[in-house]
Order: sequence, then structure tokens, then C-alpha cells
Amino acid sequence: MDWTALRLSLELAAWTTAILLPIGIILGRWLAHRRFRGRGFVEALIALPLVLPPTVLGFYLLSAFSGEAPLGALWQQWTGGSLNFSFTGILLASIIFNLPFAVQPMQRAFETVPAGLREAAWCCGLSDWRTFLRVELPLVWPGVISAFVLTFVHTIGEFGVVLMVGGAIEGETRTIAIAIYDRVQAFDDEAAGAMSLLLLTVSFVAIGLVYGLAGRGSALRVR
Amino acid sequence: MDWLAAGVRSVCAELELLLQATRPIPLDIRLRIAPGELVALVGPSGSGKSTILRCIAGLHRPESGFIRSGNEPWLDTETGRIWPPQKRRVGMVFQDYLLFPHLTARQNLTLAMNGGSAAQCRQRADALLEQVRLAGLASRYPAQLSGGQQQRVAVARALARDPSVLLLDEPFSAVDRTTRERLQRELALLRRSIDIPMLLVTHDLEEARSIADRICVVQAGQGLQDADPETLFRAPATARVARLLGAFNIFHGGRAGTEDTPELCWGSLRLWPGKAWQPLRSGPVDWFIPESDIVLQHPDGPTTGETENRIQGRVVECVPLGTRTSLRVACAEAGAVLNLDVPSHRARRQQLAVGDMVRLRLLAEGIHPLKPE
Repeated sequence: MDWTALRLSLELAAWTTAILLPIGIILGRWLAHRRFRGRGFVEALIALPLVLPPTVLGFYLLSAFSGEAPLGALWQQWTGGSLNFSFTGILLASIIFNLPFAVQPMQRAFETVPAGLREAAWCCGLSDWRTFLRVELPLVWPGVISAFVLTFVHTIGEFGVVLMVGGAIEGETRTIAIAIYDRVQAFDDEAAGAMSLLLLTVSFVAIGLVYGLAGRGSALRVR
Repeated sequence: MDWLAAGVRSVCAELELLLQATRPIPLDIRLRIAPGELVALVGPSGSGKSTILRCIAGLHRPESGFIRSGNEPWLDTETGRIWPPQKRRVGMVFQDYLLFPHLTARQNLTLAMNGGSAAQCRQRADALLEQVRLAGLASRYPAQLSGGQQQRVAVARALARDPSVLLLDEPFSAVDRTTRERLQRELALLRRSIDIPMLLVTHDLEEARSIADRICVVQAGQGLQDADPETLFRAPATARVARLLGAFNIFHGGRAGTEDTPELCWGSLRLWPGKAWQPLRSGPVDWFIPESDIVLQHPDGPTTGETENRIQGRVVECVPLGTRTSLRVACAEAGAVLNLDVPSHRARRQQLAVGDMVRLRLLAEGIHPLKPE
């Protein structure tokens, strides 16, 4: 068992989730309530990582992060380091490829809250912020938990994009999924098996949790 | 009074409004509601009744106009002042109630309260729930309540904010008939202890007639007539209002006679209408008579008496509807068909059938001239 890789994976997943949750809530709520031109385009863009081969996404990110590209150059100017083959680089990549996992469950959840309910809250004297906190959030929390779990687990399991952007630097970019690949290459089936079993268990529990919550969510839904 | 015990501080202010718009929903209405007065907005569906409520609540913005509650200017398009819904003290009962599904009945109320300690809010919420006969159900979630109970929670929640105007948007439309009648009775009782302006939207004329102090007839966003139910149903202003109120007996005739003794020419008939016709100028006029003012004469009854407005006609339709029987009588001399209602036992005793000749009397005070549109 590669404990350094496991810790790195957990750290990456925690950061990704922490950054993506507020983004997911804002984007999900916006997409659920607003009708505007180009909405389909925005939704497609967010869903793109679901269907894009990880190597394709990885390739474009690698190019964007390089010192010759504006983003990579800007980063280098700021920090003196490179985005490629760094923890920050794989974190940024993680945030991008997890976007659909964070946004879509939230959007579905916000869509179940009738617009009238917000108006009812305003007519009860609740400010927009209190309406969100006391009425909307309690009604969408199964969606929030789903987004949280899916993003977290998916980050731990991601392989292709992380390998493309980060390589396999120990303690910096070698996540547990990459460590498994390394162990198999080195014919260390025992370590690979142990780590695979761990990921399998975590994933199964997480998905079980999401489905369980989905059931709870429908019980809470407005009639 | 237990209403005061519930801790409701009533702000007794008049509500006054003028709303005008051409798009997206046309509006042209002026209303003034005194504290404690219940006004019903009636009209066909899609006539903009709910939009008027939404304007008052601050959920819809008219093109021009003003809304004032006492000396609070909630809306004034001239100065561009628009208060958000949170700042306007409205209590709104929505058509589908829109209770917060994740909160108990009590929590639905306390969330709408502004100020006070948690214990105070709780106590007030329980008092309000008792007021709407829901004591003991405070810890239930909306999904655990029947339609009628949900409606009561919605009313209590609207009052929980201590509003200065109460708005009710078709509050009885989502429940079955028995529940509706009970809830209507309860509202009629409850409103006596509410001394703020109340505005009820409904398409049910009987409901408006039985609960409201005043009825405002709305069509295509336009306030056509605003009067107490008695006046409105006996003396609608125009043929359009009369038709919206479900009236059938609208006819065309002519004002004749002298200034003091007006006469009504109707086909080849000459009728003597009431004093209301005295100021009317001679000429063509549309007129209306309520069904209740057309009396079916006994076939063997005494005859003549010129001022009695007797006419003859043939029954063309006779439909028993429970305790009442609806009749349509064609009057050849007038070239018109009259609608009237007689008690079913009377129709049976007289053996009324299609084709029978009957004698009718039109009560002079019921003959009402309609204004041209």
C-alpha cells in the first residue's frame, strides 16, 4: 500500500470538492432557474468532460498549462513554478473534469424547487439570502450531498487526465490510481490488489450513499 | 378577544391602488379597500385577477400606477419607488398554498414572523394555529396534512407576518366541495377578527357573494364595476358586467313616457319600470331583470291591473334542478326569451311542461337600465 499516494489522493479530492461545491451550487441554481439563449451551449460545455477521452482533455490542459500558453505563462510569472507536473496543476485539471459531477446533481435538485416557493418565502418577509439558506438549501441538500460524494470519489479514481498533466511524481502528483498502474507495471500484484480493493470499497459505499439519498430526496419533494 | 391574545398587532391602514399596463397582461384597475373590508375580485380565468394580487405583493410590476398602504408608498411608478415583497407587509395565501415542505406547520409560521424570541414566536404560532382550528397538528409536515388543513396553515402563515393587507388567491379552489364550504364558513368567521384590508380572488360568484363586502368585476385586467354584492347582482352597470355575473335576462328596449312616469317599450309591449328610470332620456336602452324578479302567475289567479307588467309566453324549456326548476319562456309580443327559476314543487303542482302558455309578472323595481358600453 502506497500511503503517500493515498494521502495525496485524499488531499486532491478534498480541495477539489471544497472548491467545486460553491461553484456547483451557483451554476446549478443558475441553470435551473434561468432561461436564456445559449443555455444549451453552457450545459453542453459543462457536460463535455463526461464524454471526452481523458487523454484529449489532458492534452489540451497540458498545452494550456505550458510556459508558452497565456495561462501557464501567467502562472509562472506569479509563482515562478510550472502548472504542469505540479499539485496545483492536477487540482486545476480535477476541478475542470469534475464540473459535471458537481453541477448536474445540484441543477436537478434546484429544478425540483418550484419558483413559487421562493416567492412565498419573499412574501413571508425572507430576504434572498435567507430564502436560499432556510428554504432552498434544505430542499436541495440531497443534491448537494450527491454532488459532494460523486466529485470526491471521482477525483480519487481519475487516472488519465492526472497522468497526462501531472505525470507520476511521488508526493506531488502520484495519486493512488496512478500508483496502482505503477504497481501493476512492476508486477507487484499484491500492492495493486490491496489498493484496488480499497478504491472499490470506497466507490461502492459512496454510490450507495448517493442512491440512498436520492430516495430520501424524493420523499421530501414538494407534492 | 383571543385574537389579541395571539399577539397580533393590527396596522389599520387603508389600501389604495391604481394599476395600469398594456403588456404582457393588460391592467386598468383602481381599488380602495378599508381596514376590515373584504373585497372579492371576480372574473373569468385569465382576466388578470391573480396579476393584480401579484402586483400588490411585489411579485409583478405594472407599467404605471401606485400602491399605498396607509402612508407607506409600496409602489409609485412616477417617482420610480418600488418596495420589494419583503418590505411590503402583505400576507399572501397562494392558490396551491406553497407551504415549505421541509418545515412543520409551526415552523412554517415562525419562519414568517419578524422579531421576537424563539419562545414568543412559538407561542404566537400555536395561538394562530389554534385560531384556524389546527391545535395539536403543529408538528405535522405539510405532506402529513389534508388539503383543507394545508389551506388553514397557509392562512395562518399569511397572518403570522402581522401583515397590513391580506391577499387570498383562489384559496378554496384546490379542495373538494364539502371542505370548500367549511373553509368558506371559517374564513367568514375569521375575518371578523381581522381589521386589515382583505382582497380575495375567485371565479366562484356564489363564494364572492357570500363572503365579500364588495365585489369588483374584472375582465381583461380592467375593473368594470365595484359594488356591494346586492347592488351588483340587482343592478349591474353594463350588459358586459351582467353577462360576466351569469345573467341571462338582458334585453333591448326603448325609454318612453314622460319624465315622471317612465315607460319601457319592449317589442309591442309597454312596461312600467321603477323610479330608477326617471332621469333616463328617451331612446333605445339595454335593460336587465334578475330572475328573482320575474314571478310566475297562478293560472287561475286574478287578472288585469295595468301597472303589474303582466306578460304572456310559451314554455320552451323546463329543467328540474333539485329544489329549483329552471324555465325558459318565449314571449312572442316582446320577441324575446325570459329565464326564470321556480320552486320545483310549484312546477310539479302546476304540471308545467314545454309548450304550455304561462303568465308572468315583471316586478317594476327589478327592471334595471344598463349603461351603454
